[in-house]
Amino acid sequence: MTRPANPAQRSRRLVLHLVCVAVGALIVVPILFGVLGGFKDNGQLSTNPLGLPDPWVPENYTDILTSGVFWRQLGNSLLIAVASTLIVVGAAAMAAFVFARYAFRGRELLVTLFTIGLMFPFAVAILPLFVMLRGMGLLDNPLGVILPQAAFGLPITIIILRQFFRTIPGEVEEAAILDGCGPFGFFWRILLPMARPALATVSVLAIVASWNNFMLPLVVFTDQSWWTLPVGVQAFQGQYSDDTARVLAYVVLSMVPALALYAVAERQLVGGLAGSVKG
Amino acid sequence: MSSPSTMSGPRRGHPGAAAVPGPRGVRRVARPRPGRRVALAVFLAPALTLFLLLVIAPIVVASYASLFKWNGFNLPENFVGLDNYLRAFADPVFRGDLWRALLLIVGSLTIQLPVALGLAMLLNQRLAGRSFYRLVFFAPYVLSEVTTAVLFTLVFSPNRGLGDTISRWLGAEAGAIFADPDTVLIGVFLVVSWKYFGLYMILLLAARQGIPKELNEAALTDGATTWQAFRHVTLPLLGPTIRIAVFLSVIGTIQLFDMVWVLTGGGPIHSSETMAVTMYQYGFRRFEVGYASAISIVMFLLSLVFALFYQRVVLRRDTAGALTVQGGQR
Repeated sequence: MTRPANPAQRSRRLVLHLVCVAVGALIVVPILFGVLGGFKDNGQLSTNPLGLPDPWVPENYTDILTSGVFWRQLGNSLLIAVASTLIVVGAAAMAAFVFARYAFRGRELLVTLFTIGLMFPFAVAILPLFVMLRGMGLLDNPLGVILPQAAFGLPITIIILRQFFRTIPGEVEEAAILDGCGPFGFFWRILLPMARPALATVSVLAIVASWNNFMLPLVVFTDQSWWTLPVGVQAFQGQYSDDTARVLAYVVLSMVPALALYAVAERQLVGGLAGSVKG
Repeated sequence: MSSPSTMSGPRRGHPGAAAVPGPRGVRRVARPRPGRRVALAVFLAPALTLFLLLVIAPIVVASYASLFKWNGFNLPENFVGLDNYLRAFADPVFRGDLWRALLLIVGSLTIQLPVALGLAMLLNQRLAGRSFYRLVFFAPYVLSEVTTAVLFTLVFSPNRGLGDTISRWLGAEAGAIFADPDTVLIGVFLVVSWKYFGLYMILLLAARQGIPKELNEAALTDGATTWQAFRHVTLPLLGPTIRIAVFLSVIGTIQLFDMVWVLTGGGPIHSSETMAVTMYQYGFRRFEVGYASAISIVMFLLSLVFALFYQRVVLRRDTAGALTVQGGQR
């Protein structure tokens, strides 16, 4: 930015910045409204929805943070996200390894089958899935959410990992085989460690997908003690529909983990999304 | 394919392999055929089992159930043929769902995508703080649809909301955007766009940064204006990504549920209802599982037909290009 800029360039840049700030405000203002609104009481929200709280009312946040319900939902979301991610990444890595490095009859057919799976939205399968899970006794059981989530996450995970596995040179594998590695040894001791960046990417995608899933936990868990954050937020809104400030505080607190993950793993998330589209 | 027992993959027959003495012979000893088959089966089993049982089977179950009048309990017995489908297409609510899906798709293609494209081009410029802007613009994508929807319900809530105050400033009465059948779909569209424009922006930005600078510079040197360079060099090269973005947008709209369910529940008087919401109402509230399954299958067929058509007609060139590039790398 130190190079001399003529006035035309400078005013152009100013316009670009103004556009960015305006768009940024559209994103930030609703979130900020939530954060500050959580520190107000409802009277303040009516008379002063935009300004700073006066006085600051921390009770909305502290009540939620000390109640236990929020922490339980956070824990449920976390457990389900971690378990779904481990299963989908594990199963997809094994399949992607075979799809990337073995030739066999029917390979392309299988790959196409998984690729078409990208087009099966949860909404299409949710009803028969519910009937089947009920038949298997998996309602009000975290596995009833974890396993379908893992299954629906397979296509994107396989596509990204397969691409990555193909870039690992054949010499690495030949060297491993000479050293006495079987396919399992090569996969476990060499391929997976080399694929760490790709595994991080697909894990972040899987965690975000699980964390934000609403429809499946909504129908699988009638027992409140298994509710995840999205289900909990929606129920909280229904329960306290007159207490806007309290609902705002709950919404804001439920955003914190997602935004924290985003701050840490933005690169993996963006890289994964951009990479999956290239495939 | 001359020796099927050897390891395959894009690097098969790599010239560098010649440096290793007798790799073929070693391979045959290390990996006899039956072992290879077992290994393939073991590696594929978990993914295939999960996928067939929990993704494919539900589709099969739904297509079967859609032929019955069934409350979801016991086994379906009351076979009604295609009646559930005829009923859906005669139902004004479901026809409305299709119409609203079309409106939302047109809205995304004519407003959301061009805005995302514009912002991607903007963030591709040399601009102080552009990575910060990118971070902010993309942030809503990580928030769940439910959180976003609850937040915006409150932002637009009458009396206590932000929307009320701002519209009072502007002299309008937009505070009740979700309560008015005429405006509710616009409200849903705005919130959906708020959450998802960053995704399309990020995809287009990544694609834009993959285009070599020289191409644009050459066009400019040859006397093209900035607009001409964008229109005839950048835009065609962004084609594949734009087509994928269109695809994601259409498929996403067909299955839209969370956002609508939390924002409006499909109301008032069905004016923001989507296919998925109608399906949920019948399947999980009224226990008309046969009818709801028919709606699921229509959603599925719409996605599938669109995807196949799109793959054939629109994405074909892109795939062909991708394959030649890969072949070249081999």
